[in-house]
Amino acid sequence: MATTHADHHDDHHDHKPSGFFQRWVLSTNHKDIGTLYLVFALIMFLVGGAMALIIRAELFQPGLQLVDPEFFNQMTTMHALVMIFGAVMPAFVGLANWMVPLMIGAPDMALPRMNNWSFWIMPFAFGLLLLTLFVPGGGPAGGWTLYPPLSLQGGNNVAMTIFAIHMMGVSSIMGAINIIATILNMRAPGMDLLKMPIFVWAWLITAFLLIAVMPVLAGAVTMLLTDKFFLTSFFNAAGGGDPVMFQHIFWFFGHPEVYIMILPAFGVVSEIIPTFARKPLFGYQAMVYATASIAFLSFIVWAHHMFTVGMPMGGELFFMYATMLIAVPTGVKVFNWVSTIWKGSMTFETPMLFALGFVVLFTIGGFSGLMLAIVPADFQYHDTYFVVAHFHYVLVTGAVFSIMAAAYFWLPKWTGHMYNETLGKWHFWLSAISVNVLFFPQHFLGLAGMPRRIPDYNVAFADFNMISTIGGFAFGFSQLLFVYIVWQTARGGQKATAGVWEGAKGLEWTVPSPAPHHTFSTPPVIDDAMLAHGNTVH
Amino acid sequence: MNRFNRDDGMKQSFGIKVALSLGLLLMSAMAWGNPEPWQLNMTEGVTQSAAEVHNLHMIILWICVVIGLIVFGAMAIAIVRFRKSKGAVAATWSHNTTAEIIWTVIPVLILLAVAWPATSTIFRMADTTESEMTVKITGYQWMWRYEIVNYKGQDGQLNFVSRLDRDSDQTRQRGSGKNPADVQVDGENVYLLNVDRPLVLPTDTKIRFVITADDVIHSWWVPVLGWKQDAIPGVINESWTLIQKPGVYRGQCAELCGKDHGFMPIVVEAVPPAEFEQWLAAEQLKLDDAARTAQNTASGTSPAKG
Repeated sequence: MATTHADHHDDHHDHKPSGFFQRWVLSTNHKDIGTLYLVFALIMFLVGGAMALIIRAELFQPGLQLVDPEFFNQMTTMHALVMIFGAVMPAFVGLANWMVPLMIGAPDMALPRMNNWSFWIMPFAFGLLLLTLFVPGGGPAGGWTLYPPLSLQGGNNVAMTIFAIHMMGVSSIMGAINIIATILNMRAPGMDLLKMPIFVWAWLITAFLLIAVMPVLAGAVTMLLTDKFFLTSFFNAAGGGDPVMFQHIFWFFGHPEVYIMILPAFGVVSEIIPTFARKPLFGYQAMVYATASIAFLSFIVWAHHMFTVGMPMGGELFFMYATMLIAVPTGVKVFNWVSTIWKGSMTFETPMLFALGFVVLFTIGGFSGLMLAIVPADFQYHDTYFVVAHFHYVLVTGAVFSIMAAAYFWLPKWTGHMYNETLGKWHFWLSAISVNVLFFPQHFLGLAGMPRRIPDYNVAFADFNMISTIGGFAFGFSQLLFVYIVWQTARGGQKATAGVWEGAKGLEWTVPSPAPHHTFSTPPVIDDAMLAHGNTVH
Repeated sequence: MNRFNRDDGMKQSFGIKVALSLGLLLMSAMAWGNPEPWQLNMTEGVTQSAAEVHNLHMIILWICVVIGLIVFGAMAIAIVRFRKSKGAVAATWSHNTTAEIIWTVIPVLILLAVAWPATSTIFRMADTTESEMTVKITGYQWMWRYEIVNYKGQDGQLNFVSRLDRDSDQTRQRGSGKNPADVQVDGENVYLLNVDRPLVLPTDTKIRFVITADDVIHSWWVPVLGWKQDAIPGVINESWTLIQKPGVYRGQCAELCGKDHGFMPIVVEAVPPAEFEQWLAAEQLKLDDAARTAQNTASGTSPAKG
């Protein structure tokens, strides 16, 4: 009798809306919306990746073989816009949607209908952005940073790009509001802030960054729009304005933006490493404070993207010191991860491989970042491939690797099936090796003097460009293996248990796999032992 | 010809050669003027500024290498020793406030140690006073204009545009059939790094630059001088240099400025001051000649008035 009742109970909670339209287009379910974001992000990742391959194909050899310079510039611009706003950010939002309510024992996000709109804006925003490639004048070609006056030399793409960015911004802001409201109001009783999973902390802080800076981007691009169409001169010196002001406003958004793209990654890695080391995260409170410090500092370093613009010396000094300072809490986090695995009992399933790969390779990106902070040295690095190498290390081997780690980590919870571990490991090793072949030589190219955003170069730069392109194609095609693995796992595979991983701790691992459509309709009773950070002594 | 001795000696010296070349490659930068194939490191340049910049670069690079070795070394040891498959049993400790303090304070001290020389270099590079010459640089889509505004107290009266050289320009067209490797000057490949009229400058002279642009943002960069400066429409930026060695130095625009951003290079020909003054005088004579010719032609064809 009890079993039948329980079955009926589960069935009731697993009842999904019937019909594709009802379930997916009108979804108010955090799990389904999470899935929508993740699928969208994966598609955008492949689109952005294809653009990157066009870039690398042209740069395979000196001379112009495949595309004209105008189109090349459209590719570099769109590649960045698609990857940043279409792949990385939505992927992290998808992870937040899926996991935050589960981790805090909440039945859903605080504002489920707004959640739906946050997602569904995105396909339209990107439809508009990608459409620019097909209108007269082509897509935006002034770099994703949209500096005027160059960006205003575009044709139809200027207005379209700006509207697309506005749409993305609205989506992000609404999503961030939802996350904060959910985390602050809907934690199950007993889930104190300093007992929350670190992924939740990472997203709480990231959400504040989003609300603070997305409106600034909106302001900056609106000023571009009015300069182009409504006779303002915000950035036009002839009218009394200043092109450099755009850079200040843009990077005031832009720098916190890159932390928006990495803090959730830190959260993911801080969940995975303790699980596979079978040892609690070292320095949980220090990790929380370090994350908060990084977020705070991220607001006062923006002009390190502008060291060659002609800033007064006092400005250069301040931004140099502040930027160097950010290395400190970031270093603390790396030391804490290493301390977590020290004297652990590790196994190396695919999520752990990606997480450890993250720690090593993100740190390399962090080192080049510290080098870039040194102003006189930056005079030689700025706008060269050294910068390109830096940000691809922190964004690809950093953010993207953490997203893949998260996908492998949580796919069994989402789908109810274990992914194929052998294929997963193949994906990791192919990616980890090829990504270094792709980006490490770019450090040398930058130091040797190769500027950014050029479709052709002197023969002295040929060798490392060729190597980089080979790495690029290898990396790109390795991601098709990931797509296959995800698709295969969604369709079937070895059944996953609720706990999935031996060392996994947290509320999300107490619900069945796949997680029922509705979970925690009644708040769970929390026993500190269930939590990864239930012990408040640390 | 003792075979044993020869093998032994060759092995030793080979090993030494490998170590030396690796060391040299990694540790030193070449004082090359222009990029070299397989170049790994930043140029030491031909100015005091460039040398200081290179120095700072090496300091911060070595610090990162050492920290990296420590961190990655610890990880490697952990990954080998603390495996479940080897029977490792996980410890239960999870925090240590002393450790947190130590690895917060030590990095701050390291950063202070780097910030000090970096600050003094910034001060030196910002000081454009007491220059003997002023050159105005203007960035255009897609070429540079150079004006010798003032040389040792005299007005320069030299103003010319410097564009990508014809050979490079023809070669870079898609489907040109020409090989970039063939664009050479004196046996050196100068594809996309050559111009029709270089900027000739005197060595051992403090030269002040005023830099602006006419249309969009560009950036003027010659790596061996040790700096780059953005050329921004409506803004006049200042820089200075003091070239210690004569030579031909090549650079590129370093701010995306449209379709031919990659095709507006910079060539500086640094010559001893005496040679520079000769060049300047010759250029000015050419200008005077041209002006006189224009005047004569004009007065010859137009009817005299009054």
